[in-house]
Amino acid sequence: MTLRLNLVLGGLLLAAVAGTAATASVWTPFNPVAVNLRRRLAAPTDPYWLGTDEFGRDVLSRLMVGASTGLTVALVTVLVAMALGITIGLLAGFFRGWTDRALMALNDALLAFPGILFALGLLTVIGPSKWGIVLALGLAYAPAVARVVRGSVLSLREREFVEASRALGNSEAYTLWRHVAPNCVSPLTVLATSMFGWVILSESALSFLGLGVPPPAPTWGNMLAAARPYLETATWLSIAPGVMIALSLLGTNLLGDALRDILDPRT
Amino acid sequence: MIGYAARRLVAAIPTLLLVAASVFLLMRLIPGDPAQLMLGDAATPEEVEALRRSMGLGEALPLQFAHWAGAALTGDLGRSITNGLPVLPLILERFGVTALIVLVAVGLAVLIAVPLGMLAAWKQNRPADLAVVGFATLMLSIPSFWLGLILLLVFGVWLRWLPVVGFVPFSEDIGAALAYVVLPITTLVLIEIGALTRMARAATIDVLRLDYISHARAKGLSEFTVLRRHALPNAFAPTLTLIGLVLGNLLGGIAVIETVFTLPGLGRLLVEAIFQRDYPVVQGVMLFVAAIYVAVNLFVDLAYPVFDPRVTAE
Repeated sequence: MTLRLNLVLGGLLLAAVAGTAATASVWTPFNPVAVNLRRRLAAPTDPYWLGTDEFGRDVLSRLMVGASTGLTVALVTVLVAMALGITIGLLAGFFRGWTDRALMALNDALLAFPGILFALGLLTVIGPSKWGIVLALGLAYAPAVARVVRGSVLSLREREFVEASRALGNSEAYTLWRHVAPNCVSPLTVLATSMFGWVILSESALSFLGLGVPPPAPTWGNMLAAARPYLETATWLSIAPGVMIALSLLGTNLLGDALRDILDPRT
Repeated sequence: MIGYAARRLVAAIPTLLLVAASVFLLMRLIPGDPAQLMLGDAATPEEVEALRRSMGLGEALPLQFAHWAGAALTGDLGRSITNGLPVLPLILERFGVTALIVLVAVGLAVLIAVPLGMLAAWKQNRPADLAVVGFATLMLSIPSFWLGLILLLVFGVWLRWLPVVGFVPFSEDIGAALAYVVLPITTLVLIEIGALTRMARAATIDVLRLDYISHARAKGLSEFTVLRRHALPNAFAPTLTLIGLVLGNLLGGIAVIETVFTLPGLGRLLVEAIFQRDYPVVQGVMLFVAAIYVAVNLFVDLAYPVFDPRVTAE
């Protein structure tokens, strides 16, 4: 019962956020970066359904564009982390020996940093920007993927069906790609879903600190940062972006739980 | 046990070395001359040249690293560009605030989350379980800095029970100091309850399936005794690992909480240093936090056999 509830609720929440993001790419009620100082800090009423911010920009429009930025960054970051992590994990699990030891030593050193700290360090080097975030978070989360892939490869490569492929005369590379890699898909799907949530959270935290996507481009994180000085006078600014982050994360977490139940029946 | 502890201690050394090397290399990746970056734009060419020589920038990179790491071992992390103060005392001063908030918050979160998770596991798939899991998943989904803002809004702005901005050191006025740290701690407790409760629940469910639990029940022990005396020690071991990770992640992620509540902690120091391009401070804080993270996880590894003696036999 919980499984179906998780699946439906998580799917609906994520679909709603994704729908908002898709709509924002073709239409928003107002120009999200157009400044109108005569209408600054207007409380939510028609035509500004969620009010306006300290520059008189429409909060709803900015929220919608923020959805599109947040989801794009999360999606591309997960792809970057996956591509890097899968490559490293396959190489380490495949070659074993010194390649494995060297790669995993490096990997464990990176895992010894809290992810967000590592990303902060990288952002110091590359500077705050949308693609800077993708690169920093992608690199920060890749080691976790590499660990999972390497573990799966090492446990799979001794199994009978892999032995059978070798016995048939298939090359190691072919065996790895055709028979080992597909079996890593389940744990990776679960990991990718969790990671999608982590990235949304990390990106909004970094943007909140002023180290993420730079203004005037709206993200949920930098909208909350801008709202902090107006907590007492313009409460609405602090509510909506947080609700959007929470709904996205809730959708991701519920979907993640459902996927784990389906793909990993042990737990 | 002693062999296990020794193995763990020795295994932490290469990790620390690699962590130090990554921090060192990261800062060397910044385009431009490190000496110029360290001194800032106001420095004269002579000063830059002098620093270049004292940093040994002409030497091979591994040699430079050895010098830097050697100095770091003696507590010399260089001087801040912006105010010329030595980096380590700066870090230690800010670390007090952060450590207090994080330790109290994680301690309280564990005290709440473990019984809650065990209760949910005991009532698995019943209404109490669904309520606990729903609450935990919700807490897992709320960004800490937003929860902080909302708590500030409710208790600071609307109810006016607590101050909205500022910090008072504990050495000056304990009552006032408490008023400033109550909300940050509450925020972190609520956030961390999410992951910890889910972990405690999953671990307890695994344990409750085992034969020795049926045996304990068959002996006629009360359910409370079975849970406390027999399930808790085994279910706590995986949770302990998560506590280590949570502590480390909090140290890294505390910057947002300190920003919301304008607390002068380590996270703020790091973010301010990044904005001011104060590289020695950035480097110092990163090394410090990573070292603490390694130390915390080492401590967890060392405490693990108390709850699960099997690991020493590996």
